[in-house]
Amino acid sequence: MEYTILILALPVLSFLLLALAGMKMSHRLAGTIGTLVLGVVAVLSYLTAYQYFSAPRMADGTYATLIPYHITWLPFTETLHIDMGILLDPISVMMLVVISTVSLMVHLYSFGYMKGERGFQRYYAYLSLFTFSMLGLVVATNIFQMYVFWELVGVSSYLLIGFYYTKPEAISASKKAFIVTRFADLGFLIGILIYGYYMGTFTFTPDQQMLMQGGMMLPWALGLMFVGGAGKSAMFPLHIWLPDAMEGPTPVSALIHAATMVVAGVYQVARMFTLYMGYAPETIHIVAYVGAFTAFYAAAVACAQSDIKRVLAFSTISQIGFMMVALGVCTSAHPHEGGLGYMASMFHLFTHAMFKALLFLGAGCIIHAVHSNEMSTMGGLRKYMPITHWTFLIACLAISGIPPFSGFFSKDEILTACFAFSPVIGWVMTVIAGMTSFYMFRLYYCIFWGKENKELHAAHTPHESPLTMTLPLMILAAITCVAGFIPFGHFVSSNGTSYDIHLDWSVAGTSIVVALIAIALATWMYLREDQPVADALQRTFPKLHRAAYKRFYMDELWLFVTKKIIFRCVSAPLAWFDRHVIDQFLNFLAWATNALGEEVQPLQNGRIQTYTLWFLGGIVVLTLMLLLV
Amino acid sequence: MEIHVIHYLIVSTVMLFCGIYGFFTRKNLLAILISVELILNATNINFAVFNRYLYPDALEGHFFSLFGIAIAAAETAVAIAIIINVYRNVKHVLTDDINELKG
Amino acid sequence: MDISLLDIAFYVVAAVIIFFSVMAVTTGRIVRSATYLLFVLFGTGGIYSMLGYTYLGAVQLIVYAGGIVVLYVFSILLTQSDRNMRYKIPLAKFLTVLLTCLVGAGLVIFLLVSNHFALVTIPQGVELPATEIGHALIGADKYQFVLPFEVVSVLLLACMIGAIMIARKQK
Repeated sequence: MEYTILILALPVLSFLLLALAGMKMSHRLAGTIGTLVLGVVAVLSYLTAYQYFSAPRMADGTYATLIPYHITWLPFTETLHIDMGILLDPISVMMLVVISTVSLMVHLYSFGYMKGERGFQRYYAYLSLFTFSMLGLVVATNIFQMYVFWELVGVSSYLLIGFYYTKPEAISASKKAFIVTRFADLGFLIGILIYGYYMGTFTFTPDQQMLMQGGMMLPWALGLMFVGGAGKSAMFPLHIWLPDAMEGPTPVSALIHAATMVVAGVYQVARMFTLYMGYAPETIHIVAYVGAFTAFYAAAVACAQSDIKRVLAFSTISQIGFMMVALGVCTSAHPHEGGLGYMASMFHLFTHAMFKALLFLGAGCIIHAVHSNEMSTMGGLRKYMPITHWTFLIACLAISGIPPFSGFFSKDEILTACFAFSPVIGWVMTVIAGMTSFYMFRLYYCIFWGKENKELHAAHTPHESPLTMTLPLMILAAITCVAGFIPFGHFVSSNGTSYDIHLDWSVAGTSIVVALIAIALATWMYLREDQPVADALQRTFPKLHRAAYKRFYMDELWLFVTKKIIFRCVSAPLAWFDRHVIDQFLNFLAWATNALGEEVQPLQNGRIQTYTLWFLGGIVVLTLMLLLV
Repeated sequence: MEIHVIHYLIVSTVMLFCGIYGFFTRKNLLAILISVELILNATNINFAVFNRYLYPDALEGHFFSLFGIAIAAAETAVAIAIIINVYRNVKHVLTDDINELKG
Repeated sequence: MDISLLDIAFYVVAAVIIFFSVMAVTTGRIVRSATYLLFVLFGTGGIYSMLGYTYLGAVQLIVYAGGIVVLYVFSILLTQSDRNMRYKIPLAKFLTVLLTCLVGAGLVIFLLVSNHFALVTIPQGVELPATEIGHALIGADKYQFVLPFEVVSVLLLACMIGAIMIARKQK
C-alpha cells in the first residue's frame, strides 16, 4: 500500500504548481491539471479501497489497521510524540473514496461552472489544497496530525468561501466561517492538550496503562474535542457560519460545505468511538442530544428559507445532525447490541455525501441558468433543464428516504439505532425525517414546477448546462441509485466485524409512510402555480414564519452576545485599560527615553576635546573609586 | 642629599597636567599642539627616569625616549603641514570652526 | 645636610620646567607660548643630562629645541595665529577642566608618594657612554635596537614626504 502516499502528495504538488505557475497557464490547462491529478487520486483511492477490503480479515473478523507511512516528527517523551503518517482502517478508506469521488466530480463540474471566471487557476489551486488537507485529515495517525490538517481544512475553506474577494458578503462570510470554526477549534486544542497531558500520548489507541493514568479525564478531553467537531460540522449553536458560507462558488459548497469538510466532526467522533464507548459513554449521549436538536432546528429553518442554497445548507446541517445522533445513541461497541448507530452514521455520511453533492451541483446548474439564488425567480424549469430536473428529483427522493435510493437505507439504519436507544429519540428523528422530505420537495416544486418566471424567460431562456456540468450530476445520481445496496456493514461496523444490514420493516415502513405524507403535503401546498395554503399559513403565523426565516434569530443572538456582552463588557474595558494604562506607561517610557536622549545629545557634539575631557574625567573618577572602595 | 625619584616624577606629572589643561582650554590648533608636546615630554622624562633609577643596567627606557623624540618630531611635521593647509582653506585655525568633515 | 651643586641645579631646573609649563598653557600670546615651550624643552634636556643621559639631552636640544620649536614659530607666523588667540571659553567648561586637572594631578602625586619607591641612588655625574648607545642602536641582538631605528627612519621619511604633500599648494 506504499502508493497511498501519492494520494496525499499529488494534490499538494498540483496545488503548488497551480498556485505558483497558474497565472501563466491558460484556464483550460490549469483545470485539466487539477482534474487529472484528482482523477489519479480517485483511482488510487479506489485501488486502496479494493486492496484493503479484498485483503483477508484477521482472526477476530476485523480488517487489519495498516500504517504504510509513519514519521515521528516531534518527540517529547517516550510515548508523547507528534507523528505524521498514513493510517488505513475501514472508515479512513471509506472517507478516501468519498472525498476523492466528490472532489473529482466537483473538479469536473467546475470546468463548466467557473468557465471564464477571473482567478480560474487560483480556484483550482485552492481546490487541490482543500483536497489535500481533507485527505490528510482522514488518514491522520494521531490526534495532532488530525488537528494540523483540521486547521488546513479550515484555511482552505476560508480561501474558497472568500473566492469572490471583491464581494463584501463573501469576505464577511469567509471571515465568519474562519472565526467561528477557529473558536470551536480552541475547544479541540484544549481537548488534545488534556488528552496529551493526562494520557501521555496523542495516539488514537492508547494502551491499558495510559488509560489507567488518564481515563478519568477522558470524558472532558473527548467533550472538548467534540466542541471542535461541532464547530466544523456546524452543530447548534456553532452552525451560524455554514449558511453564510454559501457565498462561495456553488461547486465549493458541494465539496466542502455538504460532502466533506462538514462531516469532519462526525468523522472525529467516529475516530474516537472506542474511547467514547469505553470511558465516556455519557459524553457521546451529549453528542446525540446536540445532534438531535440541531437536526430539528435546521429542518425547521430550512422550511422557511427562500434562498435555494440556504435551504440546502440547513438541510446539510440537519443531516449531519442525523449522523451525530446515530453516533450518539450507541451504547456499546457491538453492532448487534447498541453499536448499530456507528455503522449507520458512517453509511449515512457516505450516501449523504453523494446525494448532497448532487443536490448542490444541481442547484449550481439552476443558478447558472437563472442567475439568481432566490426560489421566487425560478419555477417551471423542468421543461428547460431535464437532466438537472431528473437528477435533482433522484437526490430529493434519496434524502427523503424513499426506497430504493441510497438515503432510505442509511436513514433507516439511523432510525433503527435511535429506536433501539430510546423510542422518544426514534420518533423525534422520524418526524425530522418527515420535515426533511417536506422542505426538500417544497424546494423541488418551487424550482421545477409552479409559475414560470416570464420576465426572466423573456430576456434569457434557461437552458440545460454543458456536459461537463451534467456528467457529474448523472454519475452522482447513478451512485445515489445504487449506493444503498452496498453491503456497507461488511466494510464498516462499530467493532470491525462483518455485519449484515437487515431492514427493520416496522421502522422502515413508518419512515416511508411519514416521508410520503410529507411529500404529499408539499405537493399539495407547492405544486400549483399559486400557493394559497403556504401563503395562508404565512399570514396566519407571521411571527413564526418570520422567526424561521430569520433562523430563529440565532445570528442576532450571537451578535448580541459578542457585541453587546463580550465587546462592551469585557473587551471595551480591556481596551480602555490597554489604551490608557499600558499604552500610556509605554508612552511615558518612550517620552522619558526621548527626553533623556535630548539631555544627553549635546555630549555628542563632534568635538574631540569634549570627548577626551569626558574620557579623562572617567579615568579620574574610576581611579578615585578604586582608591576609595 | 640624593634626589629622590619622586621629585622627577612630580615634575613630569605637573608638566603632563599642564599639557592636558592646555589641550582642553586652547582653541587654536597650534596652541593645542604645543600642549601635546608638553604631554609627550612628560612621558619621555618618565621613561628616562624609570630606566635610570629602577633598571640602571638596561637601556630600553632611554631608547624609548629617543624614539619618542623622533616620532614627536615626525608628528609635529605632519600636524603643522595639516594646520597650514587648513589655514589656507578657512583662513583661521580654531577648532570650533573646523567641522566640515564632521559626520 | 649637605646640598650638592647638582641638587641645586635639579631644583632650579624643576622650578623652571613647572613655571614655564604653566605659563605655556596660560599665556594669551601664541608666540610667547612657543617660547615658554622652548624653555620647558631646555629644562627637559637638562634633566636628561642630570640623569646621565647626555646623549639623550643633546638629541632633545637639537631635535626639539632646535627643530620643532623653529617649526612652530614659522607656522605661527604663516598662519597669523595670534589673531586666533582671542577667545573666551565658557566659565563652566574652564572650571570643569581646571577641577579635572587639579584632581587628576593630585591623584597621580598621591599615588606616587604612597607607592613607596625605594630610595635608589644613582651615580651622579656619570654619563652613559656614547659608544654603548651606538652599539645598542645598530646591534641586532637582544636588547639592541636596529629594527626600531630603521623603522623610525622610514617613518621620518614618510612624514617628510607626507608633510610636503599636504602642505604644498594645490595646483
